[in-house]
Amino acid sequence: MIQATNLSKTYNGITVLNIENLEIKKGESFGLVGNNGAGKTTFFSLLLDLIQPSSGKITSNGIQINTSEAWKPFTAAFLDESFLIGYLTPEEYFYFIGELRGQNKADVDALLEKHEDFFNGEILKKKKYLRDLSKGNMKKVGIIATLIGNPEVIILDEPFANLDPTTQIRLKKIIKELAAMPDVTILVSSHDLQHTVEVSDRIVTLEKGKIVGDIQTSPETLKELEAFFAV
Amino acid sequence: MFKHFITLEWKSFLRSASLSANLVLKIVMILGAVYFGSCFLVLGAASYYMLEDYGLPPLETVNKYLIYYFFFDLVIRFFMQKTPVMNIKPLLYINIKRKSIVNFALGKTILSFFNLIHGFFFIPFSIVLLREGFDVAGVFCWLLTMFTMVMLNNFINILIDKKDSVFYVALVVFAGLGILQLYSVFDITQYTAQFFTGIYETKWMMILPLILFSGVYVVTFNFFRKNLYLDQGLSVKEDIAKSEELTWLNQFGTLGTFLKNDIKLLKRNKRSRTTVFMSVIFIFYGLLFFSSGIEAYQNPMMQVFAGIFVSGGFLFTFGQFVPSWDSSYYPLMMSQNVQYKDYLNSKWCLIVIATVISTLLASFYLYFGWETYLLIVVGAIYNIGVNAHLVLLGGAYVKTPIDLASAKGAFGNRQGFNVQTLLISIPKLLLPMALYAVGKAFFGFEIGLLFVALAGITGFAFRNKMFRIIENVYKKEKYKTIAAYTQKD
Repeated sequence: MIQATNLSKTYNGITVLNIENLEIKKGESFGLVGNNGAGKTTFFSLLLDLIQPSSGKITSNGIQINTSEAWKPFTAAFLDESFLIGYLTPEEYFYFIGELRGQNKADVDALLEKHEDFFNGEILKKKKYLRDLSKGNMKKVGIIATLIGNPEVIILDEPFANLDPTTQIRLKKIIKELAAMPDVTILVSSHDLQHTVEVSDRIVTLEKGKIVGDIQTSPETLKELEAFFAV
Repeated sequence: MFKHFITLEWKSFLRSASLSANLVLKIVMILGAVYFGSCFLVLGAASYYMLEDYGLPPLETVNKYLIYYFFFDLVIRFFMQKTPVMNIKPLLYINIKRKSIVNFALGKTILSFFNLIHGFFFIPFSIVLLREGFDVAGVFCWLLTMFTMVMLNNFINILIDKKDSVFYVALVVFAGLGILQLYSVFDITQYTAQFFTGIYETKWMMILPLILFSGVYVVTFNFFRKNLYLDQGLSVKEDIAKSEELTWLNQFGTLGTFLKNDIKLLKRNKRSRTTVFMSVIFIFYGLLFFSSGIEAYQNPMMQVFAGIFVSGGFLFTFGQFVPSWDSSYYPLMMSQNVQYKDYLNSKWCLIVIATVISTLLASFYLYFGWETYLLIVVGAIYNIGVNAHLVLLGGAYVKTPIDLASAKGAFGNRQGFNVQTLLISIPKLLLPMALYAVGKAFFGFEIGLLFVALAGITGFAFRNKMFRIIENVYKKEKYKTIAAYTQKD
């Protein structure tokens, strides 16, 4: 589904990402781990055409990301708060995204109802604009918004950060459900090794922009990863 | 202690995103400050003689209008001057007395541009007074009172900040006083002029504003001292949100989706609301030109200039910052399935609607004759046909993120200045002025207007072509724009 070839990104002579070859298969649940500055967000930004690769290319479903926009209809992402529109209420935001993705109000409402417990009663009908929500609640809105319109590629950057324990457990359930769907490729980055192991079939470790580990998840995975990151 | 505060302030000033941006911007800002400074300086020095020429007693006349001067100052401050509480948070838990924090935060506002600018008027005016043989002690007391009044305004503004209701009540009261005076029912300046002149004559009366000032300072100080908590004075005010569906816009498809969003953008953010307010002010801008108040404005070129501005307020204040209005969520827009054309179309529609409404509201210019109103209508046609595209094109080069929540910088575009926008500005005003001048010189008034209107209609005919050009600029500048928008102050 996603194929990166000789992909690199350089800022002022410093290479922040350099991936020779990485293929993510359709339906895979892909976990990306690494310390700060490892290049996780850079990789996701390249995948969304928010930054330009210094060399190489990245394709999604055969479409080269930085030359065509045809990947947009089947891709959804939540990287950070810049994916939220601060002056909208959560409902308005969901409907806005829905309309952009060709969903009517009823479709969106059905999705919201399905994830009512994820919101834990703190999001909908609270008479608050998104800008006034706490970081955790903003994240909840952003994550659910990526599910609107049944995208085939879902990209979540650090989805577990800032979430309360209950919501983390609920999010894991949502990601596992998505992972079980054969058409949905889901990419998740995290600092939390345990969460990543739980939700991903495959985990890639980045260090200083390079892939230093690529493992299929198994019962031993967590131990291997912990050994890698231990100093 | 204050030494640390001052170094912090100095660094925050030097390293602010808008200042470190580029050299051209710095120069423009300095030039701007020098320009305003010298305007006031000249006004201060010359007004004595100008008033004398008109046969008016200079000091008494100035004193008469001071009350309105200070009130106008307060209005400007209300919209433009920022309150000082912003950077206090990191200091709260450090070993510093709360009293010093408040004193410093309030004290630093004294150095604000909005206070210093008055010095440029009052000091030269006082020097002229002395030269003309006015009593030294009297002038000195009077000048001191002027500064007391400026400071009084400074702290009143801090106190009423965020309290729109107080401000608008005061606005209504003063507008009322102005109207009463206009129709000679009640003249407040009789009393205030007597008071200000009294200060010059008796000197001891200057105690009164000083007492008032001390009172306001103490109130402000206590207010801040008491509210120096994260959940009180330092909290960001949360609005009670109301979901709006605006379903009637659904019939316009994707355009409707964006329009819905843009309407909410305009309604719910302080910065964009200021834009709407400014566009209303622009409507009255033409009065300066058409009421034959100022001689330099009476030539026909300047009247076209005014015609463009009357209906173009929204176009200029909103349009030139597209797409910066969406800067805080630009990555979202760029990764969603959004066509640039739909996006631009929505902004264009907003500009057109605002221009039409402004033109209709400006129909009171018919009072100055149908020629005047025709100038405005033709200006509106040109605005819709040509300028609406030009501002969108210029905006594509403006890469300054807009902080929607703050009202700072809404007046003038000192943030979003660069060479491209300047070049694109030229045809916005100069071209219609030239067209009109040529048409009028060779064929007469009607043909001059016709030329401008035809230019507008031609521009409209090339709308799709223009949109494609703008789209290409957006595409070309995409990565630079995203990178620029992620830089915050």
